[in-house]
Amino acid sequence: MTTTNDRGIAQMLWDFFCSLKLSIFLLIGLAITSIIGTVIPQVPVPSEYIQTISPFKLQLYGKLGFFDMYHSWWFILLLYLLTVNLIACSIKRLPRVWKIISEPTLVMDDGFERSLSLTHEIKATGTAPALKDKMAAFLKAEFAEPIVTEVSGEYHLFAQKNPYCRLGVYVVHLSIVIVFIGALIGSFFGYKAYVNIAEGSSVDSVESRSGKIMDLGFSVRCEKFAVSFYDTGAPKEFKSILTILENGKPVPGYENVKVIVNDPLTYKGITFYQSSYGAAGDTLYRFSVRKRTGGQPVPLITHEQDRTPLPDGSFMQIIGIAPEVGSDFPGCSGPGAKLEITRPDGRKEYSIVLLNPACRDFDEKRGGDLIFTFDGKDEKYFTGLQVAKDPGVWVVWLGCSLMVIGICMAFFMSHKRIWIRVGNGRVTLGGTASKNPAGFELVFQELAAKLDSGTK
Amino acid sequence: MSSSMLFNVTTISYMVSTLLFLAFLATKNKNVGFSGTMVAIFGFLLQTAAIGLRWKESYDLGRGHAPLSNLFESVVFFSWTIVLIFLIIDFKYKYRAVGFFVVPFALLGMAWAQLGLDSGIEPLVPALQSNWLLYHVITCFLGYAAFAVACGLSIMYLIREKQEDSSASSPAGGVIAMFPSVKVLDDLNYKAIMIGFPLLTLGIVTGAAWANYAWGTYWSWDPKETWSLIVWFIYAAFLHARITRGWVGRRAAILSVVGFAATIFCYLGVNLFLSGLHSYGK
Repeated sequence: MTTTNDRGIAQMLWDFFCSLKLSIFLLIGLAITSIIGTVIPQVPVPSEYIQTISPFKLQLYGKLGFFDMYHSWWFILLLYLLTVNLIACSIKRLPRVWKIISEPTLVMDDGFERSLSLTHEIKATGTAPALKDKMAAFLKAEFAEPIVTEVSGEYHLFAQKNPYCRLGVYVVHLSIVIVFIGALIGSFFGYKAYVNIAEGSSVDSVESRSGKIMDLGFSVRCEKFAVSFYDTGAPKEFKSILTILENGKPVPGYENVKVIVNDPLTYKGITFYQSSYGAAGDTLYRFSVRKRTGGQPVPLITHEQDRTPLPDGSFMQIIGIAPEVGSDFPGCSGPGAKLEITRPDGRKEYSIVLLNPACRDFDEKRGGDLIFTFDGKDEKYFTGLQVAKDPGVWVVWLGCSLMVIGICMAFFMSHKRIWIRVGNGRVTLGGTASKNPAGFELVFQELAAKLDSGTK
Repeated sequence: MSSSMLFNVTTISYMVSTLLFLAFLATKNKNVGFSGTMVAIFGFLLQTAAIGLRWKESYDLGRGHAPLSNLFESVVFFSWTIVLIFLIIDFKYKYRAVGFFVVPFALLGMAWAQLGLDSGIEPLVPALQSNWLLYHVITCFLGYAAFAVACGLSIMYLIREKQEDSSASSPAGGVIAMFPSVKVLDDLNYKAIMIGFPLLTLGIVTGAAWANYAWGTYWSWDPKETWSLIVWFIYAAFLHARITRGWVGRRAAILSVVGFAATIFCYLGVNLFLSGLHSYGK
C-alpha cells in the first residue's frame, strides 16, 4: 500500500512541476514580489529610512528579509521552483518533440491527410515511378530534399525545413539554467571589492563587500589620476594610470595602463574599474620669486598652510587659492593664488599670481620690489576602483547568447513539412507548419500552383 | 532649419494622423484611413530627419554623441520606434483601425517631450561614453515600442470582446465594425509581443554586458534592472499563457496591457519615483 501511495505522491509532485499553470503562477509571482525590493531600500539600508518607519515595520521587514529581498530564502526558493518547473516541463515535452524531429512521419496515409489543413490534389499522366522521380526533383528544387518511401505501389515523398527550430524553446529553458549556474559560480568563487589607491602608492589586497580582506596575489600601483571637465562643468573623463607589479617589479604589458570609465583593466582574472576619486590631500604649489632689480628667479615649493622663508628674510604664505579664477580675471582662466608676504620689518604685502601662461606677469604690474609667479601645482588624488573577480561571467554570457539564439529559433523560424503521395495518375500534396499558418498557406499555394503548371 | 522645428512638425503630423484614424473609424471611408497612414509616414520621415539633424547639431556643438542620452532624446526616440513598429504592422496587415490605438502613444510622447522636457544637447558624462549605449538603448526602445503596439491591440481586443459578449446576436456595429476580428487581434497582439520579447531580452543582455564592462557586475538588482526583469517575467507569463487552456484570449490581452503598464513604469516611473543608476530622468 505504501509503495502505491508513494508513487501517487511522486506522480502528483511530478504533475505539479510539469504544469504550465505553475510556470505562469511563478512568473507572475516573481514579477510581483520583485517590486518590493525596488520600493524598500536594500542593504546597506540608509539610516534616514529606518528612522521614518515604525519599529514594528522595521522588525517585520527584517524578519521577511525585505532589506535584502533578492537574496532572501523565499525569493531564492521561487527562483529554484521556477528552475525545477522549467526542467520538469522540458523533460516531459522534449521526448515528444524529439520524436517529431528524429522520426518524422514519412507516409501520408488517408487518416493523416485528413488531419492536415492544407492539401491539394492533381491529376497527372505517367506511371507512378516516373511521376515519383519528377516530384522528387520538384521538391528538391522548390522546397527541400525529400525522403521517398514505397508503400503498396504508391510512393510517399516527405520533405522538411528547419525541424530543429522546434527545440528553440528548450534551448531558452536550458539557457536560463546555464545563467543560474554562471551566477552560482560567481557567487561561490568570485568576489566584488572596492579599493582606494593614492597617486604614487600601491596595494596588494582589497576589501570585499562582505568586509573580508582579499589578497590579490600581486600589487597595483596608481601612477596618476586625472579628471577633466566640459565647459559646462560636467565631468568629461576620469582617468587612472595603473601599473601591475609582481614581486615589486612591473609586469611587462601592464605598465602605465590607462583605465577610464567603460574601459577597465583585467589581470589574472581580476578586473579593475574606474569608479570614483578624491583628493588625497597634500597638494604642492610651485611659485618663484625674483627681485625687480634683476637676478635669477628662486623657486619656492610650498603647501597650503606653510610659511615659506624667502632669500631676503621675508616669509610667504598662501592665503587664498582658487582652482578657477574665471570671470574675475578675464583672459586668465585657470587656477590662481593670493599670497601674503611678511617683510623682515613686519610690513605685509599681498600678491596675486595666476597660472595661465598669458598672465604670468600679473604680479609684475603690482610694482613691488619682489615679483612672484605661479609655476604650477601638484595635486594629489586617490583613485577609487571597483574590483571584481567573477569566473562565472563567461558561463552567464554563454547562457545569454543561447537565450537569444533560442528565442529567435522559437519565434522566427517555423518547422515546415510537405508530403507528396504519388499514385497512378494522381498526385496528392499535403503540408503543415509549426508556426505562422497564414504565411505557410501562401508558400503551400505557390507550391501547388507550380505543381499544377508543371504537370500539365 | 533646426531639429526642434522638424520635431514640431512631427508632433503636428502625429496629431493629424490620430484625428484621421478617428475619422476613419467614424466614416468607415477607406481613403481616410489610408491618408491617416500616409500622414503617419510623413511624420515618421520628418522625425527620422530631425533625429539625424540633432545628431549632427551635437557634433557642431563639439559634444558629438548619438541623440539617446537624456530623457528628452529617449522620449523622442521611443515615439519614433512606436511609429516604426506600427508602420511595419500596418504595412504587413493593413488593419487601419489599429492606428487610432497606437499613434496616440507616439503623439503623447512627442507632445510631452516638447512641452515638458529640457531639449538642450548636453555632453556625455563618462558613464555613458560607450558603444554599448547605442546597442542597449536601441534594442530596449524597439522592444518597448512593440509592447506599446501590443497594448493598443489588446485594448482593441478587450473592447471588441466586450461588445461581442453583450450583443452576441447582432453583428458588431458602430465604430467597432472597423476593428479586426477578435481572432485577428489576438494573433496580432501575439505577433507584436514576438517582436518585443526578443528585443527586450537583447536589451537586458546588452545592459548586463555594459554594466559588467563599466562596473564589474552584470546584475546588481538596481531598480531599473529589476523592473526590466519584471516586464520580462510578465511577457514570459503571456507567452506561456498563450499555450495554456483557460488563459488564451482575454487573460492574455490583460497580461499584455499590464505588461505595457510595467514597461512604462520601468522606463519612466523608476526614474521619477525610485533611485538608481539610470539617472537621465532626474
